[in-house]
Amino acid sequence: MTVPPIPARGSASLAAVPGGQGRGLPWLAVPALLFFVAFGVIPLFGVFALSFTSWDGLGEIHLTGFDSWRAVLTDPGLPHALWVTFLVIALSWAVQTPASILLGTFLAGFQRYRAVLSVFYFIPLLLSSAAIAITYKALLDPNFGLGAGLGIPILVQDWLGEPVLAFGVVIFVVSWQFIPFHSLIYQGGVRQIPRSMYEAAEIDGAGRIRMFFSITLPQLKYTIITSSTLMVVGSLVFFDLIFVLTAGGPGDATRVLALEMYKRGFQANLMGPASAIAVILVLVGLALALLLRRLGGRDATHSQLEGA
Amino acid sequence: MATTLAKDSSQATAGHSAPPPKRVTRRPNWVAGTISWIWLVIVIVPIYWIVITSFKSQSNYYIENPLLPPPAPTLANYGMVIEAGFIQYFINSVIVTLGAVVPAVAVSFMAAYAIVRSGGGRFLRWTNSTFLMGLAIPHQATIIPIYLIIIQLGLYDSLMALILPSIAFAIPLSVLVLSNFIRDVPKELFESMRLDGASESRTLWNLALPLTRPAVVTVTIYNALTIWNGFLLPLILTQSPDKRTLPLALWSFQGQYSINVPAVLASVVLTTLPILILYVVGRRQLLAGLTAGFSK
Repeated sequence: MTVPPIPARGSASLAAVPGGQGRGLPWLAVPALLFFVAFGVIPLFGVFALSFTSWDGLGEIHLTGFDSWRAVLTDPGLPHALWVTFLVIALSWAVQTPASILLGTFLAGFQRYRAVLSVFYFIPLLLSSAAIAITYKALLDPNFGLGAGLGIPILVQDWLGEPVLAFGVVIFVVSWQFIPFHSLIYQGGVRQIPRSMYEAAEIDGAGRIRMFFSITLPQLKYTIITSSTLMVVGSLVFFDLIFVLTAGGPGDATRVLALEMYKRGFQANLMGPASAIAVILVLVGLALALLLRRLGGRDATHSQLEGA
Repeated sequence: MATTLAKDSSQATAGHSAPPPKRVTRRPNWVAGTISWIWLVIVIVPIYWIVITSFKSQSNYYIENPLLPPPAPTLANYGMVIEAGFIQYFINSVIVTLGAVVPAVAVSFMAAYAIVRSGGGRFLRWTNSTFLMGLAIPHQATIIPIYLIIIQLGLYDSLMALILPSIAFAIPLSVLVLSNFIRDVPKELFESMRLDGASESRTLWNLALPLTRPAVVTVTIYNALTIWNGFLLPLILTQSPDKRTLPLALWSFQGQYSINVPAVLASVVLTTLPILILYVVGRRQLLAGLTAGFSK
């Protein structure tokens, strides 16, 4: 489960512990820094650099200026991949967010049976994307799947063979996998809302639905921003689930940007254009993360972690 | 902020051991109730189906009602999966997960300690911002240069090729979470260690580590689960069958035996079993681990 977290700003207020003396201390950070520079920072610059080259993945790397960019930007496949990616982000957000808020609110109660239910709720979190995709592939198979076995006509569809159906399946499976995680975040958020607010509302005679919309939802603002950022940036770079489930198909109905990058790079051996797509992914991801932080106000991340 | 994070996950960790005052509920909450039961069905049905089907024989699979347990359960599918080399893949996954998580948590803890304890030297401040920036990088997008680096290091198609990038990917979040917890350790304790003449490494080992153990466990679990389930790195950085980790093995097994649904599902059950056992043993730690640093 790879969920790129939000860029947490200034979380480490360095004014932290005064009086800590410096001798030898910086050395303790060196191993972590080395690992991260080697496989985090250098690749980030590397992907920019490689987008100006041509490389087949085995032979020599040649500088070719803007050739890769020209090839990528003029390819009609790019707007399509961008559109599919956008749809996946938007629809999976629209399905997951309301469901996660409701489930999270529900799970925030302390009744015993809710605790029991939650044991089952979180199981999808444990499975790998590959396992989930394989399960649904088998389950939805028009000939051998669950629908065929039960003999219910409406379930016997070529779920992964029809563009619209396949897209719907992707959104469903993504939600199945990630709603538990986001419910968990919302559960934490709801439990932090001061009880006194509800008690006051109760005295004023507010009903449960009223309380949900007037207290719970506004109080969850920063949780919503955090969860949405994780969701949006996460589904931008969605790869394994879609790769195993549909491989971008049928046709190119579910070919998202990350898949496009993989196919060009590791199947067509065009690392230059694939790197250009990767750069687009990085930039879109950063832009979305920044945008969502703006939406939450300047101090979203901070107050979020403060606990509202 | 550190306080909240700490309180938070201790709450998640301690779970219901000290039940807070019960919310006054007089009327049943129909909306939430309905949604919660629907979600339960959505989660349970596929999982139930995977488990029962994995015990069916291939020939009976087509005849029997798919939602009824098999009248004559068979372990043949599991035998087939194990014969397909899953013990090797399991060992590979264990090696990669342990080989990456242990160093990742160790170096992250050292870095977090240094970042918190220093009054804010320029080098450590810069290091810290590098890690924070790292939180925003989608690692999937940097896979091509990583592939190039791994080839240059001569590590392509080895388990080490999976371990090194996994360590790097785990560092930013681990440092963030761990430093938030180390910051919670009362300054007076550090001060008295210093007055006793303890070295930094002794202070780290004898004071910071024991006092932040829950956070270390949490971070370890989160990283272990991420790496155990990882798919992209093994897909791109390995090639030979004997270097496969479980998710990749699942995928190629499925490609080979896609018609044999019970066998494919047995492979899914088998690869998930270790995590499921962990879940049963330490559910609270696991769930706390999953939202470490996210939930407020």
